[in-house]
Amino acid sequence: MKTPASTAPLQPAAPEILPPRKTKQLAGWLVLIAVLIVCSIRTKVTPYQLITGLPQMGSLLREMFPPDWSYLPTIWAPMMETVQIAILGTTLGGLLAIPVALLSASNLQVSRWISLPCRMILNLVRTIPDLLFAAIFVAVFGIGPFAGMLALVFFSFGIIAKLTFEAIEAIDPGPLEAMTAVGANRMQIIRFGVVPQALPYFMSYLLYTFEVNIRAAAVLGLVGAGGIGLLLDRALGLFRYDRASIIILLTLVIVLVIDYGSTIIRRKLL
Amino acid sequence: MKNTHTAAPAKASGSTLLSRLRLALIVILVAAVYYWSVQGMQFEGIQGTAGTVSRSILQGFLHPDWSFVYLAEGEDLLRGLLDTLVISILGTVVAAVVCIPFAFWASSNMSRRLAVSGSGKIVLSVIRVFPEIIVAILFIKAVGPGSFAGVLALGIHSVGMLGKLYSETIESIDRGPEEALIASGANRLQVLRYAVLPQVIPQFLSYSLYRFEINIRSATTLGLVGAGGIGTPLIFALQVRNWNRVGIILLGIIVLIILTDWISGWVRRRII
Amino acid sequence: MIEFDNVSKVYPNGTVGLRNINLTIKEGELVVIVGLSGAGKSTFLRSINRLTDISSGEIRVNGKSVTHAAGSQLRHIRRDIGMIFQSFNLIKRSTVVRNVLSGRVGYHSTLRTMLGWFPKEDVALSLDALQRVNIREKAYVRADQLSGGQQQRVSIARALAQEASVILADEPVASLDPLTTRQVMDDLQRINREMNITTVINLHFIDLAREYATRIIGLRAGEVVFDGTPAEATDEAFAEIYGRPALQDELLGGA
Repeated sequence: MKTPASTAPLQPAAPEILPPRKTKQLAGWLVLIAVLIVCSIRTKVTPYQLITGLPQMGSLLREMFPPDWSYLPTIWAPMMETVQIAILGTTLGGLLAIPVALLSASNLQVSRWISLPCRMILNLVRTIPDLLFAAIFVAVFGIGPFAGMLALVFFSFGIIAKLTFEAIEAIDPGPLEAMTAVGANRMQIIRFGVVPQALPYFMSYLLYTFEVNIRAAAVLGLVGAGGIGLLLDRALGLFRYDRASIIILLTLVIVLVIDYGSTIIRRKLL
Repeated sequence: MKNTHTAAPAKASGSTLLSRLRLALIVILVAAVYYWSVQGMQFEGIQGTAGTVSRSILQGFLHPDWSFVYLAEGEDLLRGLLDTLVISILGTVVAAVVCIPFAFWASSNMSRRLAVSGSGKIVLSVIRVFPEIIVAILFIKAVGPGSFAGVLALGIHSVGMLGKLYSETIESIDRGPEEALIASGANRLQVLRYAVLPQVIPQFLSYSLYRFEINIRSATTLGLVGAGGIGTPLIFALQVRNWNRVGIILLGIIVLIILTDWISGWVRRRII
Repeated sequence: MIEFDNVSKVYPNGTVGLRNINLTIKEGELVVIVGLSGAGKSTFLRSINRLTDISSGEIRVNGKSVTHAAGSQLRHIRRDIGMIFQSFNLIKRSTVVRNVLSGRVGYHSTLRTMLGWFPKEDVALSLDALQRVNIREKAYVRADQLSGGQQQRVSIARALAQEASVILADEPVASLDPLTTRQVMDDLQRINREMNITTVINLHFIDLAREYATRIIGLRAGEVVFDGTPAEATDEAFAEIYGRPALQDELLGGA
């Protein structure tokens, strides 16, 4: 059973094997280092500054304590407004996302003339951050929560539509074929073949986006789009760090509570 | 005898009744939440001039201010975008390095006691709940407005998410090579260097690039609160309602993000 | 030379791993440990380089106590003991030669190994080790591109590059097909003969044990119930070790 190869004595018969060039890897690291140096020069941010900058942060944090608890009743209403903005923004964005996600999915026999532009719009919308939307809508509709809500509608639309259309593309094609075989029309296929499979994912993404939006809504006020952010901006402008810290604390609590609830519901959905 | 006979159907209808009740309760609850939300939204703040403003915005977007792309005296589109790019690169690199010790701290397979990794996980999630804009404002207060505050804000905020992803990577490694290295007489550092790092580094790089894609979006908005980058000229243009300029800046942001997404995706595919 | 002196191992949950084992494995022997799964084969092997701590007794390798060593002393003993695992335990993303070189880290300072600067002699040694298991041409291929048998040969090369005087192999062929099983066993036997490396192998294939071993040790419930030459390891002896006649799946067949 012994093959001749395995009993062959040690011979330098094998040609000398040279290690492959590592130039590509090396070049990658060199490019990274060069980029970092250029970046450092451009922003005048040096590692030295990074190390000396952090203690300044510490002194700021000291000024933030103790928080001004008496301010809590004042900020409760704006905080709730923030939650309302997030709820409405997420829901409307999600509703808007449904048709676009269906039209973008490549496995539902939508004409390429429709699906490709839909996907392009999705990609375009997703390049614009929430605060930019907010800044623009504030300019159009004036200062207030409505501009913030609209910003979140567009922002959520981008996220939910993208995730949902990917979920639709990943569904089991078996039921769709079965529906086609029994002569169902396109609406019927969607209703009985796609929706049952994609709905749990859609709901999960909706909740996930809601979690993201609560954080986003908390800062929309900085550009005048309603919610708690406006008060934070004011407190910081007046150097009332004790008030800023109570605002931040309340935001964290709300974010954590919503994250927790949403995670539980999502786990039940999937 | 009669009792047991009727018990089964009664139980069945009872459970459907219960589930119906539950459904009704959920529907009522959801409806109440929406009623509350819509009620809280004040629509009276909407400007009457919204229509004319929208038209002028559309006009601005259709006729972007091309002259703003490059200005000899500086403060133009290209330099703003460059600053945004630079801030997000530095912020990502800072986070990618800073989060490594946090990630090892939070990984359950790197320490014997669960309390150690548990506390690390809590620290990371606390960092994660701070929106980066809030971090940015705090840093602006601490170190003054400018790119530096932006870099710090992105760097600190990203540690939360990157640390979590890194530690999940560490927790999912194959323990076999570790054992092999221990068996060959390696010390703890050598085991780390030869059994753990080779398994996690590619994933670390990939996650960092992914985070970079997120950071470049955030970096465009940092300027809105004074933390440097393209957001600074954008907020000025918005305030003076120079829609042609807003148009060119948005166009620039879109092009920059599409380009960096494309490059980062290409690099990520090559790493894994 | 490996000496077991009244060695016992009881796991925290009360399971007995090893029960009062006294034996000496002489230099150059090729010992195969057989027994049912759970009989303590793995515990026996892993206690030799102290991947598992024993509860009482003492184990000495080349005269040095493994049981009482600690820190760098223990690492130096481990350096002299190569180990081969059922699941190969290679870094899949690294190249073959990189994997073999990792067997050398025990010889160098921490700083030097952190930087990854191995001397030229180490690279030559690693390539030689790969030559011995006939996969030198794969030296710069990523480990995950090799077949299971080739990966196991890489891990043998890693033990060779370690310049170990003892090789422990824990079910080295359990995840391989019959053909590559023989190639790997041939490699282990040839290395044992040519380089006089004391080799201890856990196997569950009875016929392989008879074919390759110079000495067979049978374990049952942590106790040595058989210790003799392959010629003495009759079917009756195996029935004694297993507490029942050997089953078909304990034979590799096709010899």
